[in-house]
Amino acid sequence: MKTLRVALAQIAPKLGQLEENLDLHARTLRHARREKADLVVFPELSLTGYLLRDQVPDVSVRAGSPWFRKIAALSRGVDVVVGFVEETAGHRYCNAAAFLSRGRLVHIHRKVYLPTYGMFDEGRDFAAGDRVRAFPTRFGPVGVLICEDLWHPMCAWLLAQQGAEILIAPSCGPTRGARSGRGITSVAVWHDLLCVTARFQTSFIVYVNRVGYEDGLSFGGGSTVADPFGRLVGSLPPIEEGLATVDLDAEVLRRARTAYPLLRDENLDLMYRELQRLRDLRYDLPGGAEGSVGRAQPGPARGKGASAR
Amino acid sequence: MRKTPRPVAATEPDLGLDPELTTRILRGFIRSEVHRAGMAGVVIGLSGGLDSSVAAFLAVRALGPESVRGVVLPYRSSHPDSSAHAELVLGKLGIVGERLEITPVVEAFSALSRPGSRLRLGNAMARIRMILLYDRSAEIGALVLGTSNKTELLLGYGTLHGDLASAINPLGDLYKTQVRALAEHLGVPRAIREKAPSADLWPRQSDEAELGFTYETVDRLLALLVDARVSRRSAIAAGFAPRLVDDVIRRIVRSQFKRRLPLIAKLSTRSIGWDFRYPRDWKS
Repeated sequence: MKTLRVALAQIAPKLGQLEENLDLHARTLRHARREKADLVVFPELSLTGYLLRDQVPDVSVRAGSPWFRKIAALSRGVDVVVGFVEETAGHRYCNAAAFLSRGRLVHIHRKVYLPTYGMFDEGRDFAAGDRVRAFPTRFGPVGVLICEDLWHPMCAWLLAQQGAEILIAPSCGPTRGARSGRGITSVAVWHDLLCVTARFQTSFIVYVNRVGYEDGLSFGGGSTVADPFGRLVGSLPPIEEGLATVDLDAEVLRRARTAYPLLRDENLDLMYRELQRLRDLRYDLPGGAEGSVGRAQPGPARGKGASAR
Repeated sequence: MRKTPRPVAATEPDLGLDPELTTRILRGFIRSEVHRAGMAGVVIGLSGGLDSSVAAFLAVRALGPESVRGVVLPYRSSHPDSSAHAELVLGKLGIVGERLEITPVVEAFSALSRPGSRLRLGNAMARIRMILLYDRSAEIGALVLGTSNKTELLLGYGTLHGDLASAINPLGDLYKTQVRALAEHLGVPRAIREKAPSADLWPRQSDEAELGFTYETVDRLLALLVDARVSRRSAIAAGFAPRLVDDVIRRIVRSQFKRRLPLIAKLSTRSIGWDFRYPRDWKS
């Protein structure tokens, strides 16, 4: 990777107001350019707001559409990651994030893990993404994961194995728990998760969480960068809007990967064999029972969320 | 060496609260909702009790005193302390207040409807107060700020369309004992914080006497049953009397109707409450 300056855009988008949010992005980008940022990262669903429910199709955008060109134009002066609702083939709506550079689309990540439990209902409104891919940028190989994706460690692992050195994690993390001396519990938990993930994958993680309120939900902010040693560098405070720039130093990545060659030592064959065995076991395929000591975790029906491409 | 923190038992109620962070979140909530509704401020019925006082203090932190209207709504049998404490809050916060004596309205209602129990009369009083607050809200372009806490909401200890009615409620996810902790942080006068909680719908009414348990006890139990989702058996094993646990569970279940909008019989393909799903903050 090349050393770069990333700006964390901890904004409060307006719910369901694409046009106003586009203006908010443009204003934030002007500010970030004054701070000499090379890349500006916005939160999950930064162009639409989070609690959309039945508004999902109304605010969705197709890649390549006139609306999408307007969004891509945001990146004319500085590279940008924005969150939006993408209408994909078959009128499926995805919770997506686009990496844009020089006015063009570089990569779209569609959120793979849609939380549908407790306070979350994303699986009802969105189609799940079915791929986790690293992609080249002018700063080096990058991967994007949206919020809940980070809670499934294989996502970050897959990206690092594909060569990603910078993981970008836009988020809409609601605030839960304000405990004395510990700050906002949900923000502290996120910071732990980021440090551990960055350390395991010896990668930078750029986490940008939104702020603001929707129907009594508040979003916690606490955007930050974890370096490849698992240290937080340059956090924004919780709850309030803000913009912070953090320099991601290529030498830190080199030092971390030299000191902890975890990625080098990864045993893909072992992983592949064990995954194959687990899969056979889970779906009662021949070969699954061999050498098993217990039952595999039950999983979703085969093929769910995975389309053949 | 760093001290290892004490492990938290699965059945330990967590009622911890950072009062300053909580204040900041609730301040932002009130400000954000008032602005996106396009309103000038909030109107609060001040009873002189803990909850409405805390709501008023939060509202002033959020919006400034000029955007908060306090309305004191006494009845002839109301405890004199109630009005006095409400006036204390008005004075301390420097907000515009007004006093609307509801006695003649209650009497006109009684002559017409002849409520045969103090419960029915109490409900009517709560609803008359609601009517006056909503009328003020329309007059000055302000949201009615709710003051029901999580304990009351879960136990159903409130009047539907009365004190339970509001546009936004900053206290609905705080147990009574947490509201008390917040009150101290906000500087709510000691006299209000330390008196026995009462709906004051009839003389010598007391929440805790009427409910049959203290807020300290029931909040700890609710934090287990509701927040931690522990079983009845684990709650009893944690030291709560089986009768109390059963009483509280029964109250929660039986009062569910007070926490939901009226049921709509589904007939069409897209029905309000079922599959017409928009947030309150739709397009704002």
